[in-house]
Amino acid sequence: MKHIISALVQNQPGVLAHIAGMFAARGFNIDSLVVGRTEDPELSRMTIVVIGDDRTLEQVRKQLGKIVPVVKVRDFADVPCVQRDLVLIRVHTPPTKRPEVTQLVNLFRGKVVDVAHDSLLVELAGTEDKLEAFIDLVRPYGIRELARTGVIAMSRGSQSAKQERQQDVS
Amino acid sequence: MTNKKTDSKAAKSYIGFSGAEVFHEMLLSEGVDLMFGFPGGAVLPIFDVLYKSPIRFIMSRHEQGATHMADGYARSTGRVGVVLATSGPGATNIVTGLATANMDSVALVAFTGQVKSFMIGNDAFQEADVTGITRPVTKHNFLVKRVEDLGRVVKEAFYIARTGRPGPVLVDIAVDATAAKLAEEPDLTPNLPGYKPRLTGHIRQIRAAADAINASERPVFYVGGGVVISGASQELRALAEKAQIPVTTTLLGLGTFDETSPLALQMLGMHGTAAANYAIQECDCLIAVGARFDDRVTGNLAKFAPNAKVIHIDVDPASISKNVEVDIPVVGDAKDSLKRMLDLLKPNERKGWLAKINAWKKKYPLKYEIDGKIKPQEVVDLIGKMTDHDAIIATGVGQHQMWTAQFYGWRRPRQIITSGGLGTMGYGCPAAIGAQFGNPGATVIDIDGDGSFSMTMVEVITAVGHAQPVKFVVLDNEYLGMVRQWQEMFYGRRYSSVAHPCPDFAVIAEGYGAKGMKVSERSELADAINQMLKHEGPVVLHVKVEPEENVYPMVAPGKNLHEMDLGKLA
Repeated sequence: MKHIISALVQNQPGVLAHIAGMFAARGFNIDSLVVGRTEDPELSRMTIVVIGDDRTLEQVRKQLGKIVPVVKVRDFADVPCVQRDLVLIRVHTPPTKRPEVTQLVNLFRGKVVDVAHDSLLVELAGTEDKLEAFIDLVRPYGIRELARTGVIAMSRGSQSAKQERQQDVS
Repeated sequence: MTNKKTDSKAAKSYIGFSGAEVFHEMLLSEGVDLMFGFPGGAVLPIFDVLYKSPIRFIMSRHEQGATHMADGYARSTGRVGVVLATSGPGATNIVTGLATANMDSVALVAFTGQVKSFMIGNDAFQEADVTGITRPVTKHNFLVKRVEDLGRVVKEAFYIARTGRPGPVLVDIAVDATAAKLAEEPDLTPNLPGYKPRLTGHIRQIRAAADAINASERPVFYVGGGVVISGASQELRALAEKAQIPVTTTLLGLGTFDETSPLALQMLGMHGTAAANYAIQECDCLIAVGARFDDRVTGNLAKFAPNAKVIHIDVDPASISKNVEVDIPVVGDAKDSLKRMLDLLKPNERKGWLAKINAWKKKYPLKYEIDGKIKPQEVVDLIGKMTDHDAIIATGVGQHQMWTAQFYGWRRPRQIITSGGLGTMGYGCPAAIGAQFGNPGATVIDIDGDGSFSMTMVEVITAVGHAQPVKFVVLDNEYLGMVRQWQEMFYGRRYSSVAHPCPDFAVIAEGYGAKGMKVSERSELADAINQMLKHEGPVVLHVKVEPEENVYPMVAPGKNLHEMDLGKLA
């Protein structure tokens, strides 16, 4: 099963290597890993999508918690949350196909961000499912290039990273 | 030093101090009076400060030796061991020592020099990415590039190393950070928002554990190194005696439970006693304390303690349910948790269970035959008796290690100094020296194998140079014995690269300035051990033993604990 794990970490050199190294050393599978700043300059947030059974995920959470610069670990599996992934995709689109592809982009509330004579560059954000569905639909046209950010997530409600940090690690 | 404006709590100003001087002040404030290591270019400013320091610096002959010395010192005293090495090869040489300490939860702080901060990443002379290399084998590590950070990081390193589940912490320090002088008052307040060891077990869990033990008919304590680290031996004994619960220990837990107690089952696992392994397989309640269900303990995981409700007390939450699904976890310090459990346990005689256990003990005692050449077990047995089972014993890794675990006769914690998790050959000689530094006046013996001893025996000269009266007993079977045993048992006696011709260790010892002795006859053995123990300086006693003796019982890898091969014990 896929879990979205969010780790608040101290913003210092080596943290990413430490976490990536731990996943590799213990044989955990990372589907995606995103690191970015938070509203607190001392903290970064890593959002890691991990595939595994409940026992593996329990170990993932505990091993993350053991890493000294990791301040807080949350698993969004049973938490109402908003999750987003963003894709940039260059679709092979000769001028005759432009209306069709553009229509698909509009249906998915995506954006065409660049046009060349035989391709369109599309930006689309949403849940992973939505992105997968769109990618499947444009595949027959020919995907020239594709880049995804990986999932970021946030629980619903009003908590800030600072407040999250103050709760006990459990 | 002019007294400028400082933090109201800080008694002292560090303005004008060099990084090396601040480093030194922090070591003193942590109570360090002894450190082990080897000098080099990137740590010259630190060695310059040590020149006039009250801290004793013990120079080893190889950085690996220094790290094992600090480890032996830490295990035998419960204090933090300190290591100092230079950049590049100095730092890579300590990696084995760090990994050894990491697997066995030993509190070490290792300092390594690093090339100048602006040269890092340029493949400078004696540069290595030391924090990158050591990250997987330390509890935590730091790279310090600025003199302003040095004091705080040293404090954080000691705090992390000795608290929670202890472990090695490495601090890599760019040489310019030790040479630079402080222009402003440094902030020494630790900044570790993510590090909060949970020491107090939840009372609800402790109660649930006590209820499960009270309801059980056939409970067993399975205790490991965590009981040594937290100093919980007395609490363990009180619980075991109150509710008449037998106790088996892991290799690292040896000594936490006096083996003369009628409740003692000695060691469990691959080379554990039959009584311990049978008790685990038949128990209905397994109380694991400060142990981590290592594969050498459990055998086939699926059939380990198949009938038991499992209670696990450990300070490291990640140890719980890692290998074996635990029914009642207690995350907390062993001593505190056991102490709070004492009043909750009901006295119980458990006559039936103990009778069964005693029958196993009587039927399958650890034993060996006294015939032919000197038996390695008999050497350990004799040393145990001749030292009143009161010496500090270090070992290397292999057959001799298992025989030492089985036959010495352990009475108190911190008596055995051995590499359990990593199984580091060559650990014994330097670790024994470190233990002797930490325990002046105590009898410290390295019971070693010829293979292990050959790897690090150069450190005998360190013992000689500092007049440390360590005794090194080398059980020489002219084989890498444990590997040979596996080749005999599982590879059709195809002895591949296990023959291990040895030099005359007694002559080498004399060359180093120690006393050297060699025996090969049973009739000379007791006298030789006696002479060794009486000698005031370091001694190497080379004992030629039966070459093809095997360690029994043995649970073959992947087999169930109760399917052990009893060999000659059956």
